[in-house]
Formats: sequence, C-alpha cells, structure tokens
Amino acid sequence: MGMADEAVRVRGLCKRYGAVTALDGVDLGIRRGEVFGILGPNGAGKSTTVEILQGHRSRDAGEVTVLGRDPASGGRRWRSRIGIVWQDESAPAELTVRETVRHFARYYPRSRDPEEVVGLVGLEDKAGSRIKALSGGQRRRLDVALGVIGDPELLLLDEPTTGFDPAARRQFWELIRRLADEGTTIVLTTHYLDEAEALSDRLAVIATGKVVAEGAPAELRERHGGRATVHWRETGGGARHQETETPTRTVAELMRRFDGEIPGLRISRPTLEDVYLRLTGQLDEQPGEAAR
Amino acid sequence: MTTTTTTSSGIRRAAGPAPARLPGAWTLGLHRGALELRQFFRQREQVVFTFAFPVVFLALFASIFRDDVRGAGVTASQLYAAAMIASGVMSTSFQSLGVSIALERDEKVLRRLGGTPMPPAAYFLGKLWLVLVSGIAETVLLLAVGTACFDLELPTGAATWFTFTWVFALGLTGCALLGIAISSVPRSGKSATSVVVLPFLVLQFISGVFISIDTLPDWMLNVGALFPLKWMCQGFRGVFLPESAAVLEQAGSWEYGRIALVLGAWCVGGLVLCLLTFRWKSHRDG
Repeated sequence: MGMADEAVRVRGLCKRYGAVTALDGVDLGIRRGEVFGILGPNGAGKSTTVEILQGHRSRDAGEVTVLGRDPASGGRRWRSRIGIVWQDESAPAELTVRETVRHFARYYPRSRDPEEVVGLVGLEDKAGSRIKALSGGQRRRLDVALGVIGDPELLLLDEPTTGFDPAARRQFWELIRRLADEGTTIVLTTHYLDEAEALSDRLAVIATGKVVAEGAPAELRERHGGRATVHWRETGGGARHQETETPTRTVAELMRRFDGEIPGLRISRPTLEDVYLRLTGQLDEQPGEAAR
Repeated sequence: MTTTTTTSSGIRRAAGPAPARLPGAWTLGLHRGALELRQFFRQREQVVFTFAFPVVFLALFASIFRDDVRGAGVTASQLYAAAMIASGVMSTSFQSLGVSIALERDEKVLRRLGGTPMPPAAYFLGKLWLVLVSGIAETVLLLAVGTACFDLELPTGAATWFTFTWVFALGLTGCALLGIAISSVPRSGKSATSVVVLPFLVLQFISGVFISIDTLPDWMLNVGALFPLKWMCQGFRGVFLPESAAVLEQAGSWEYGRIALVLGAWCVGGLVLCLLTFRWKSHRDG
C-alpha cells in the first residue's frame, strides 16, 4: 500500500496526561475510501487518538499524517476536507435544524446542499424545529449532518451511536454505509462489537494505549480466535464440550459413539466479542467458554 | 501534496473542479452576526435581563436622588441618566459577551466551530455585530427613559453627537474585547455569571455610576480610572450635561483627550489580551 492511498498514517504515536500514558506507540494505516473502526474499552485511548487526528489535541511523540498533512498544523484548507462528529455534542439550541445546517454550509468552499444533507440524516420532518426541541438521537443525526455538510473526504466519528436505541442505531449504520458508498473515508471509534463488525472494512483494537490487533473483522476472528468448541450431551444428560483444532474429527468420533443423532450437538466458533475481550485483557478463560 | 483526490468509488469527488476559494472572514462575520442576533433575541429571558438591568437601576437611583447638585447646575437624576448609558453599553458588551462565550465554551459550541474551516476572525466579528446592535438598542432605550423621566437633554450640535459616537464606539469595542478576554477565566459555564458580574458591579460603584463622582474617595476613583467604564461615564456626562457640571469631575473638566487615549488603549490592550488568552476548549477538555 503506497502512502498516496492512505488517508491516515500514524507511526509511534504517544500521548501522556501527567503520569498517565494514554497512547504508547500507536501505529495505524487507514486507506482512502474504507470504513475503519477503532475498537477498545473505555479509557483505552480511542478518543485521544481521534482528537489527535482532528488536530484538537497535541501529541508527545510520533508521526501523524491526515490527508497528507500533519493535523497539528492543518490550516483552514485542510479543515475543509475533514468532517468531525464529536463524542459529546452541542449545537446552538435556539436555532432550527435548517438554519444551523445552512449556516455551517457557508464555512466550506464546496459544501453539499443543506436540504439534501438534512434529508440524508432523516431530519426532513424536523428541519423547522429548534434544536432544543430535538431528541437525543435526532441531535446526534444533526451532528452527523454538520459533520458531512462540507462534503469531507474524511469523516471522523467518535462513538457516534452511544445512547441510541436499537432502531436508531440501524438507521445510523445505513447512513454511514451510504456515505461510504459515496467514497468518503470514515474512521469511527466504538465500544459496540456488532457496530464495528457491521460497518468496518478493517478495524484496530486498542487496549491500554496500544494497538493489539488490526485487520478485517473476519481476519481478526480467525487469527486471534483460537479453537472451535464442540458441545453435546451425554446419554445420562450431562452437558459436555471439547475444544479442538479439528471439530470435524471430534464430531466423527461422537458419531461412532452415539447411534444416530448426537444429543445437543453444537459447534461454536469464537465470536468477535470473545476475540475482543481476550485481546483487551478483559477475559482470561478460554474463548469458547465466555459466550456460554 | 495534492488536494484533488480520487477514491475507490469516489466518482463525485474525482469529477469535482479545482479547489474552490475559502469563504472570507468578513462575509462569514456578517453571517455570524445575523445568526448571533437571531439567537440572542430568541432567548427572551436573556434579552429582558440584559436590557432591563440598566433601566431598572436608572429608575431606582435617579428617582431616589433627584435634588440639584450644588454649584453644578444639574440634578442628581441627570448625572445618573448620563452615567447609566455608559453602564448600559458595558452591560451589553462586557457582561453579555463574558457570560455567553463562557457558556458557549462550556457547552462545546466553540470547540465545534474550531473543527470547521471557519476563520476565528469571523467569530469575533459576529460577536461585535451582536454587541453593536444590542448596544445601540440599549442606549436608545436609556436615552428614551432618561429624557422622558429624568430631565436628560439630547445634545443639538453635530460636534457633540460626534463626541458621543466616538465615546460609544471606543467604549463598546474596548468592553467587548474585555468581555471576550474574561470569558476564559471561569472554569465552567455555571460560574460564568458570578465571575463576570462581580467585577462589573464593583466597577459601577467606583466609576461614578451608582455613586456620584464627587463623593467617591480619590483612591477609589484612581482604581476605577484604570478601566474603561469611568471614562465612558465621563464622556457621556460631557455630552449630555451642561458645561457647568464639569466642576464635579476629578480634573474639573471633561478631559476628552484623555478619554480617547484610555479607551483607545483598552481597545488595543483588549485585543492583545484576547489573542493571547482565547481558548476554543474548556479547562476540562485540556
């Protein structure tokens, strides 16, 4: 992968807050046009990473290039190519959705059509409402509208769906996919596994300030998931399971022991959640066990 | 580095023209000003609070103290009416900006603006438009109450109106910049009102707004003289009171030259202070 294909390139990024090390040598390479998830428990350094990419936080060491520039000295032209959706948002409460989106459109050299963006985030019905009258989910969608109004090449979202109900999250995912289809590079942090899996082309798992794994969700499962587990019930009723690299062989053996159906037969592979919990050191047991 | 980009599926972007020009700070400042005014006038409580405060104080003080001031050819009401205009200008600029910007910072409105390509100058220009419009409205209101109820006489000569205009403009600008600067002091939006209102209240006592200038001890006046309010009061007294009232001033004259000097210095100093101390993020955001 050449550097020109990279929207974001991070090498050896370090950040300390007093005695606390937030980032301890983070490396990331995010390609143009992909949806990249940054996954990690609270306090792992996700937000710090994104804030450094936005140019809103200084770093102590490391190289950072975002759309070909160092965010620390980005400038207006560079800012106009980046969209930001913050973790905790606030928009002027007394203005209407339409007024706000139209106004923010003026900041950019080549913005999207405000009406179209209001429709894109599904706020057509609320376009004339004051922001203070919106629900939490609607405000979040307004945040996204303000993030994409400048037609950014790169959209940085910090925990965009925290506090959403399930339906709102699905709608939000659709929105992200639509933006990705339009060619926007999207970087999002999340601590929801299903979100990371559903949206990301690739993802990085961060724990205690380090990238502990990086790759496509399926790759991560394969590489870090470990063995499959075969579950069955003995004739007496006792539940049994066996971890194995070769589940087919285990089943073949069971078939020989049982006449006909094997009671309660189930083969489980580690889920992304199992992989994640193990990678982030939040789980010490065997992966197959955790889900049960 | 190249600014036109092609992405895997970015037909829309790849077909885009060469980078368009970034919008200018002056134009954006006008738009921001319109937006600020709309927001301001939609918050009815804030509007009432901002405008009514100086009017209420004028009504109280000018009604309590009505007598002729000995040897000055004016009534105490007239003194209050003139000084209260200065106080009104400071309230719509210093107090209003000090509190509202602190709140905007605390509520992360500023941080969001900082994440856009909006030039910071546009933000400050927008605030100045807000302050100019609300400052004029407040002044008109106080002049109306002053002339209707407290024997304030509007000047007739163009030269006097010119003096009024420059005292107003310099005072408003200096106080607005001071307001922007003090907005960085409170650690949270909640404490903003106390942090901003207390010094303003003290200044009103030691600058000859609430207490007549000839009854204040000299050292207090000297402290007050370090800040713009005292000079704005003095300038407006010069504009609205007869020449005979100048004997009440510390120097026995209106000292227009010195007024211009001090207010001008506050405009420059306030600007430097703003540039040095202004923060888009709150203390908590680091």
